[in-house]
Amino acid sequence: MSGFSTLFLKESLRFWKVGFQTIGAPVLTALLYLLIFSHALKNRISVYPDMEIDYLTFLVPGLAMMSLLQNAFANTSSSLAQSKMMGNIVFILLTPISHQALFAAYISAACVRGLLVALGVVIASMFFVNVPISNIFLILFFGICGGVILASLGLIAGIWAEKFDHIAAFQNFAILPMTFLSGVFYSVESLPPFWQMISHINPFFYLIDGFRAGFFGRPDAPIEVSICVVSMVSIFLSLGCFSLIRSGYKLRG
Amino acid sequence: MNDAVLPALQIQGVSKSFGSVRAVRNVSFSVPRGEFFGLLGPNGAGKTTLINSVAGLCRLDEGSIKVMGYDVLTDYQSARRALGVVPQELVFDPFFTVRETLTFQSGYFGIKNNDDWIDEILAGLNLMEKANVNMRSLSGGMKRRVLVAQALVHRPPVIILDEPTAGVDVDLRKNLWLFIQKLNEEGHTVVLTTHYLEEAESLCSRIGMLKHGELVMIESTDHLLQRDKECWIRLRVKEPARTDLKPLESVLPNTECVDSNEYLIKLFSSAEIESTLRDVRELEYEIDSMETENEDLEDVFLSIMKASPEHSQ
Repeated sequence: MSGFSTLFLKESLRFWKVGFQTIGAPVLTALLYLLIFSHALKNRISVYPDMEIDYLTFLVPGLAMMSLLQNAFANTSSSLAQSKMMGNIVFILLTPISHQALFAAYISAACVRGLLVALGVVIASMFFVNVPISNIFLILFFGICGGVILASLGLIAGIWAEKFDHIAAFQNFAILPMTFLSGVFYSVESLPPFWQMISHINPFFYLIDGFRAGFFGRPDAPIEVSICVVSMVSIFLSLGCFSLIRSGYKLRG
Repeated sequence: MNDAVLPALQIQGVSKSFGSVRAVRNVSFSVPRGEFFGLLGPNGAGKTTLINSVAGLCRLDEGSIKVMGYDVLTDYQSARRALGVVPQELVFDPFFTVRETLTFQSGYFGIKNNDDWIDEILAGLNLMEKANVNMRSLSGGMKRRVLVAQALVHRPPVIILDEPTAGVDVDLRKNLWLFIQKLNEEGHTVVLTTHYLEEAESLCSRIGMLKHGELVMIESTDHLLQRDKECWIRLRVKEPARTDLKPLESVLPNTECVDSNEYLIKLFSSAEIESTLRDVRELEYEIDSMETENEDLEDVFLSIMKASPEHSQ
């Protein structure tokens, strides 16, 4: 086994061993959102009236993507912060694993967890609604990019954090608002022009919109723009995160 | 230089500060291959910082470090393959069993199918029964053994043990040293830091001492113990039958009366023992019992620490 595959396997096993908490619980949370929001809002929010898509169906891809993003972030941030605070990060830092392998292993494992949760949300939702799939490649592209972006942010947060409060602050004051304000629960087209403009500054909007387009074939923003924005953000954050790892910032004294 | 004669560890002009605290000051020394080397010093002397610098866990301000000829910065992957470090802190990953921990550690070094060697280490460290037990369930001593096992899993030619027996029971300590001595006899270079000076005295062939981040002494253990050949005789004499005998402390040099009829006599070499006893008899004292006390590493350590200059941090 190479350093990369070992670390990837270890990080994957780490969340798999507590799968009830890391996969089961987020799927259940997403289903509760589905249940509550659909009953509370189904007659008040109109989505894609020309396509005859009900609100319950509309919610599923957004909730799946939201769960993917939150869990990819949680995987890298909690793993790294916990290793740092417990001191067992030395078992990785003492080894010849390259910076690239370390980065890639953490990100890949986080993507796997995020995608598993998203898959769980979609499969569980299919018991209640019929979710169409228009373009599987778009779903995979935006799913993987979402995983990479949030896993990178999680690694950055994990490297920077000196206590779990820091991770919680990052999650509650950055990740959660950006996710909720990205069109998970509504179509951005239904917003007033000002809020539409604000939404278009949020990169999470393009992730959700592109991911949803993979299901319904109907994006709010041009799909080329979404692909471009999401690719650029993925590359930018990956490079930033990789530079931090290579510099040893807050990892090596 | 021929690879075979390169030292196992080469430390050249290493300095490291944390803010205004100078943890290591211009330290240079090397450890030849196959040596059992002891690095001693009081708390805060810079031992762990120096070890962390060797292991790549902290970045040097100045100087260079090579492990088996590989620079720990420019050729870090080769240097880390050659090095096994037992950290001072009792750290572990709570998600995995002992065997999983060791299998992952092997994988980080690119080693697959390492089960035979893992079994050998587990047996050598009396961990076989705990192989499939989660790390969280182990006692402190057991966790310490796993740390040693993790450092050995890739068969490194250089092993650094940073206070490996701190808080460990006597049985484990004995067991651990037997295992480490066996590895040393097989050719592994061992660098040990410990506060148990009797361990260093019995195991290490050479010793370096740090104080305030500075290397204040480096010498072979034998020379170190012989550099000051002073010894003492603790002498108990029978109650003199006569009252007119001169007190021993007034006649014999460097003699102190520590109790009634008990004397402590300082000698400058063990060759003086016989003549001193003769002098005592000639003074008509009858010897009841005698003990000799030689200087051990602890005395040498304390005298060196006392003698070396103080630095402000």
